[in-house]
Amino acid sequence: MKSFPLIWSNLFRRRVRTFLTLFSIIAAFLLFGLLRSIAGAFEMGVNVAGVDRLMVSPKYSMVDGLPISHLAQIEAVEGVAEATHMTWFGGTYQNPTNFFPKFPVQPRVYFDLYSEYIIDPLQLDAFERIRTAAVAPADLAEQYGWRIGDRIPIEGDIWLRGDGSDLWEFELVGTYTVRDDESTFASFLFNYEYFDEARIPETQGIVSNFVVRVTDPDQAGEISARIDAQFENSINPTRTATEEEANRQFAAQVGDIGLIMNSILSAVFFTILLLTANTMTQALRERIPELAVLKTLGFTDRRVALLVLLESVLLCGLGGALGIAMSGFALQALGPELEGFLGQIEMTAATTLSGVGIALLLGVVVGLNPALSARRLQVVEALRK
Amino acid sequence: MWTQIFQISLLNLRSLPQRLGSSSVIVVGIGGVVAVLVAILAMAAGFSATLNRSGAPDRAIVLRGGSSSAELSSTIDNRQRQFVGTLDGVRLASGELYTVADIPKRATLLPSNVVIRGVEQSAFEIRPEVRIIEGRNFSPGRNELIAGRAAGEQFVGIDLGATVELRQSEWEVVGFFEADGSAYESELWTDLAIAQSAFRRFSLISSMRLRLEQPGVTDSLQEAFDNNPSIDLSVTSEEEFFRGQSQFLTTLITGFGYGVALIMAVGAMFAALNTMYAAVSTRTVEIATLRALGFGATPVVVSVLAEAVALALIGGLLGAAVAWFGFNGYTVSTLNQGSFSQVAFDFAVSPDILVTGIVWALSLGLAGGLFPALQAARMPITRALRGD
Repeated sequence: MKSFPLIWSNLFRRRVRTFLTLFSIIAAFLLFGLLRSIAGAFEMGVNVAGVDRLMVSPKYSMVDGLPISHLAQIEAVEGVAEATHMTWFGGTYQNPTNFFPKFPVQPRVYFDLYSEYIIDPLQLDAFERIRTAAVAPADLAEQYGWRIGDRIPIEGDIWLRGDGSDLWEFELVGTYTVRDDESTFASFLFNYEYFDEARIPETQGIVSNFVVRVTDPDQAGEISARIDAQFENSINPTRTATEEEANRQFAAQVGDIGLIMNSILSAVFFTILLLTANTMTQALRERIPELAVLKTLGFTDRRVALLVLLESVLLCGLGGALGIAMSGFALQALGPELEGFLGQIEMTAATTLSGVGIALLLGVVVGLNPALSARRLQVVEALRK
Repeated sequence: MWTQIFQISLLNLRSLPQRLGSSSVIVVGIGGVVAVLVAILAMAAGFSATLNRSGAPDRAIVLRGGSSSAELSSTIDNRQRQFVGTLDGVRLASGELYTVADIPKRATLLPSNVVIRGVEQSAFEIRPEVRIIEGRNFSPGRNELIAGRAAGEQFVGIDLGATVELRQSEWEVVGFFEADGSAYESELWTDLAIAQSAFRRFSLISSMRLRLEQPGVTDSLQEAFDNNPSIDLSVTSEEEFFRGQSQFLTTLITGFGYGVALIMAVGAMFAALNTMYAAVSTRTVEIATLRALGFGATPVVVSVLAEAVALALIGGLLGAAVAWFGFNGYTVSTLNQGSFSQVAFDFAVSPDILVTGIVWALSLGLAGGLFPALQAARMPITRALRGD
């Protein structure tokens, strides 16, 4: 790598051109980082950690609801280790753009099942003990400036209270975090018991779905079938799938976000490819006499070609790395705003690595042709120019 | 002066083909920005147009109080329903049952939320845009349904004469309807009474559609509801209702489109700058010669700008054409958060979106050409003539 200073100074020989090209590449990879992360948010939970969890939903539509009496029957099914229920609450905090999922749950069992959610044991005790208690993901609490002990008003839309009001108030007793950066869609959770007592009597006892932990993930298929068979002929039949599959089906309802993101990205990369290729060709053309001098000094054909190729790889790699880094910062700054709409947005290691990989590949593709012409360069002819 | 500007610009534009390779960077770069911007804006416009077409000024929707945004979570009992029918200002009223069922999409084969709407005959009088285009209307009292055109295209098994299973009951598809390309075309319609018994809703309905004596009586209707303690209902004009439903996603898509286009535009602007600096540098001797012959600095600046803008315009037109031919009328369907159901809509590349795209292209061309143009004008003539 002793030629690195040479490559470096070649790169910045025409400072304006190099910087302009660099900025274009940065813009492209800034977009790459942002779009991939947003697409990732839509595929949220597809790679949830809990492969041993099943989701039991109403057979015909997720809006139907299931009677809570199913729970005891599900727990009795062979292969079920533990089960709980959750109910989609809907509702609005202050204004409709403050979107985050809210679920009434059974505190203890819920945190047992979602073992990747980490909560202080004392806060979990309080959550279980206090009727109107709620817990929130730590970053959500931070976003809205909630402190422990705050009362959080939520306006109900699906669930109204038996006393005729649509205003639900919860007391924040704790916050939880999600272990590692497993991209689960963290939710605002509150005590089911209180929710059930307070809602309109005719709607009591209805939940949205059940979450089941199985004893042996390899038998998930058989256990699902056994659960569904239990309710096959009841008026509330079920459909059981792994949590991963259930999330994937829901995400697919939004439409093929991945396809849209990838179409945009290909437009971006096609443009950048053309632009950078053009710059590199130009840079080479100007430098033909210099390259001839290098060859005269005893640089081999291969080495000269390599110099040109590495220059292009360096330029693209630099731009890629800077662009990806900028998208990381941008997501941190914009994250809370965007998460309101899109769920948890994170720059994953996979996005970072593939971005840098693509940048280097771009460098090779762009530099290949100029490198080959540099290699073919005839010293005598080139010096004459 | 004007003749000078004209002459040099023309001379410059004529020599453009010689710089075809590097000029294409501007064309493609700006074309890409415009194509992406126009396509995404067309998506947002198509979505909001589909929902906005669903509403009419003299129609209103009645929902349970507190669920002013969603038919799905609303229930109205018979007593309240009769009360609404008697109010002044209501010409026609239709009680409707609204529920969703999972039907696989043809494209993905994954289950998606499809609206099933149980309606009375008055629903057709209230919505005259609903017309049967194939087959016939459902007969009251039978398990028959008619499907919106888009629902037939999007979902598995919604074919004329086919039987579909919805929530443990079987239904025959007897006809297709059109509704001016509105969101209703993504729905399945059936007889209200049959739907109530099949879906075990007894005598409950979800919502009511009203045809009003005149637009704007919703306020007095809401007042009548509020003044009656035994009534818990809310009334919204249909236009406002659908605008509310489309707002969230339209804002999201539009914001996303501008965001992406802006970052791309920054990249394309740097590319344009690069190309124009290169163009100026290859023309150094030519420009210096012109200056030596007595041409002023302004014509030189204008000629470089003209080149950048001309290339940007070509790029913008190409990009807009790609978006137009590639996407205009392209049908997609998504989960509408407002109604929690699938709504099919077409990308709508409207003239004002095209204009927006072209304006972006021209601005980028100007931005990319300005500094190189100034540099060209500032070149010391004697040094430039020597070519260094």
